[in-house]
Amino acid sequence: MNGYDISHLLAGAMLVTSFALLYQDRIAAVLNAFAMQSITLALAVAWAAWSDDRPDLYITALIALALKGIVIPLALHRTVERLGIHHSVEKVVGVGVALMVGLALTGLAQALVVKVASGTASHAREQLALALAIVLLGFLMMIVRRNAVTQVVGFMSMENGLILAATGARGMPLVVEVSVAFSVLIALFVFAVFVFRIRERFDTVDIEALDRMRGDSR
Amino acid sequence: MPELSALGVALGALTAAALLAALLRGRVLALVYPVCAAAAGLIAIVDLTVLLGGGDLKAALPIGLPAIGLHLRLDALSAFFGIVVNGGIVAASVYGMGLDADHDLTPRVEPLFPLFAAAMNLVLVADDAYAFLLSWELMSLASWALVLARHTDPESQRAAHLYLVMAAIGTAALLFAFGGLAGPAGGYAFDTIRAHHPAPLVAALILTAALVGCGSKGGLVPLHAWLPLAHPAAPSHVSALMSGVMTKVAIYGFVRIALDLLGPPSWWWALPPIVLGAVSAVLGLLYAVLDRDLKRVLAYSTIENVGVIFVALGLALAFRANGKNEAAAVAMAAGLLHVLNHSWFKSLLFLGAGAILHATGRRDLEGLGGLIHRMPRTAFFCLVGALAISALPPLNGFVSEWLLFQAVIAAPELPQPALQFASPAVGAMLALAAALAAACFVRVYGIAFLGRPRSLEAANAHDVPLIQQAALGGLALLCVLGGLLGSVLTWAIAPVLRALVDGALPAGDGPTPLSLVAFDPARSIYDAPILALFITISSLATAFIVHRVSERRTRRAPAWDCGFPDPSPATQYTAASFAQPLRRVYGALAFSARDTVEMPPPGDLRPARLSVVLVDHLWRIFYTAPGRMVLAVSLRLNVLQFLTIRRYLVLMFGALVILLSIAAVTT
Repeated sequence: MNGYDISHLLAGAMLVTSFALLYQDRIAAVLNAFAMQSITLALAVAWAAWSDDRPDLYITALIALALKGIVIPLALHRTVERLGIHHSVEKVVGVGVALMVGLALTGLAQALVVKVASGTASHAREQLALALAIVLLGFLMMIVRRNAVTQVVGFMSMENGLILAATGARGMPLVVEVSVAFSVLIALFVFAVFVFRIRERFDTVDIEALDRMRGDSR
Repeated sequence: MPELSALGVALGALTAAALLAALLRGRVLALVYPVCAAAAGLIAIVDLTVLLGGGDLKAALPIGLPAIGLHLRLDALSAFFGIVVNGGIVAASVYGMGLDADHDLTPRVEPLFPLFAAAMNLVLVADDAYAFLLSWELMSLASWALVLARHTDPESQRAAHLYLVMAAIGTAALLFAFGGLAGPAGGYAFDTIRAHHPAPLVAALILTAALVGCGSKGGLVPLHAWLPLAHPAAPSHVSALMSGVMTKVAIYGFVRIALDLLGPPSWWWALPPIVLGAVSAVLGLLYAVLDRDLKRVLAYSTIENVGVIFVALGLALAFRANGKNEAAAVAMAAGLLHVLNHSWFKSLLFLGAGAILHATGRRDLEGLGGLIHRMPRTAFFCLVGALAISALPPLNGFVSEWLLFQAVIAAPELPQPALQFASPAVGAMLALAAALAAACFVRVYGIAFLGRPRSLEAANAHDVPLIQQAALGGLALLCVLGGLLGSVLTWAIAPVLRALVDGALPAGDGPTPLSLVAFDPARSIYDAPILALFITISSLATAFIVHRVSERRTRRAPAWDCGFPDPSPATQYTAASFAQPLRRVYGALAFSARDTVEMPPPGDLRPARLSVVLVDHLWRIFYTAPGRMVLAVSLRLNVLQFLTIRRYLVLMFGALVILLSIAAVTT
């Protein structure tokens, strides 16, 4: 088992948690799956730091672990508790359809990377394909969920995919990394404030309520 | 180089005048006009030395886009157009000095006037695409703001709106043209563009874009619709600049692109300018001859003249593509001289219209009349302008039209059948346009200046201040001199002809030193001084004989009293009744004109009514229909404004997935 196998294993595990995010229909479970994905990301980044001897990536891993593995899931758990929505889940499409679409997207990511990045080494290509699949699945999750909290999770999951891609591409400088981490944190704050405001106003965090409020629900 | 610093000082003075005038209020604004006149005169002198002395002026300023800068260059072509532009600016500024300092000055006009003047000069000296587009847009915006000078008037608002839209379309087209010229390498300096020649298809696209961009500014049919609205809406001296001068800057743009930057021409480049030009010439005058608003008539006539110039440019392209450089020089000389001449007589007529507007407060022909007694000098100068624009010898309009017809007559020698067939048709259309022009200006002059006043205002009119009469007189003098000294003018533009079409007019072969020869002396000579002498002698002789033969005793009797006992001025010919025969002949074809007479039954005391309905087909086809289409499409797309957040995400996601799939399949 060489270094690439381990990094592929970790990236593959992240993809599996992405599917788990799509599949779960309880908010608490969704948050746990997200925490698992973030922890796996931290491991993958740490592994890349160790195997490629790039100590700055340890910081990235640490940020991922602390922020997205622990702080954000805990904060979202508390939010859910306070809002009293821990067993409500609303989906727009069924689990089966969502999973099928997710599979198709994974295939698309694979095909695209094989075509586009044909010049690069095969292991980097695999990593990129997995990262792209994770990004697309995160986006899909934002679409198939109606709950504001799970949309936040979808957004964060997209960001996880981006970090994974950046780690594999040996590109992202630390400054960019830190600024992305902060922007995610700020996005979380914005989302949180937003969610509470919606809740205060409409007694629900279903974003369809916003459309009803605007008077052109459809 | 002293010329370069003079140019810099003059442009700086214009800019400074614009900035200072923006801060000042009141009578002190009047100082703008002497500054403009002086600066434009200085630039004209620099242009003249460059045109006659050869030797381009070049400068590169370190402002503008990084790594490109701002390249300026004054070559023979720019210098020639510079003389046209600055001559117009000087005349308009001198006229502006006579504006009533207490009533006419407004902070909405005076600061923009020098800015407009400076922007037109900058377009001419631009030597890279960036500088050209920047100053072009500055010129558009400055003139747009000037159109809005009477911003509370709904007609001005409509004119300004339409003008802004057309200017935006034109600049966008020019942007594409220069993008195509620069090619994939993106060399935006004109020197780089000249060095590389685009492929035929790209050249066709560039030519189309240039025709749209410059044609919309110059008023080529069907992009003309804003002209008759916007030119009259501005104050009269600004109208003179817009109609007499800014359209020339548009023509400069086309000449620069089509004959200089685009490389050696192909013969088919000639067809669009020739056909559109001929159509513009005829339609412009059909509009003009039926319109009742004095300034709008002049604006429509500008469309005709721009069409004539485009025909000349097209012929020059056709001859040049076939290696007939002598003939190309004749066509090009016709075009350039018409540019110069039109700037003189159109400025003169617009300033004259301004004088009438100032004296009577009216622009509608139906309210004028008898002004020759009340404003005799203005009437005389306007007569010169009207004769010149009708292309009557020995005035300047005839020189350029004569050269143009020489070129048209030579066009069947071209090898391409399309051009062989087009040239007689174009010649016929130009002849029709010339006749219509004469009819149009007989009508304008006769209705406005002759006869009896049709309104109280016209009866109480007074001539304008001396300085404004001086502006008119100067231009009238130029029209006469330009007619007599046509051969001198063709000699002066010889460097431009050499640079553009690598040909020259035969010089010095004629019977007298001042005779103008188009091809060879055996075939075509125009001897203006001799003709002028003949016209003078014969008209003097006619006058003498008429006075001798007719009864010499002075009788005073009411004008038009023979069989005309009704003293009301309403019994005179009106503008509409003068145009009625032409409307009968051409109106049904061009405007679907329909007359209806509503006759009251016997015993009813109501008057009979004659009403005429004209349909502007060009407006319907080229403006209303696309406007409706845009509206329909945007109504359909309006749904997209009101989707839910999730649907927006779905749209984005769908677009992303589709693009990724395309990338996965095609690469």
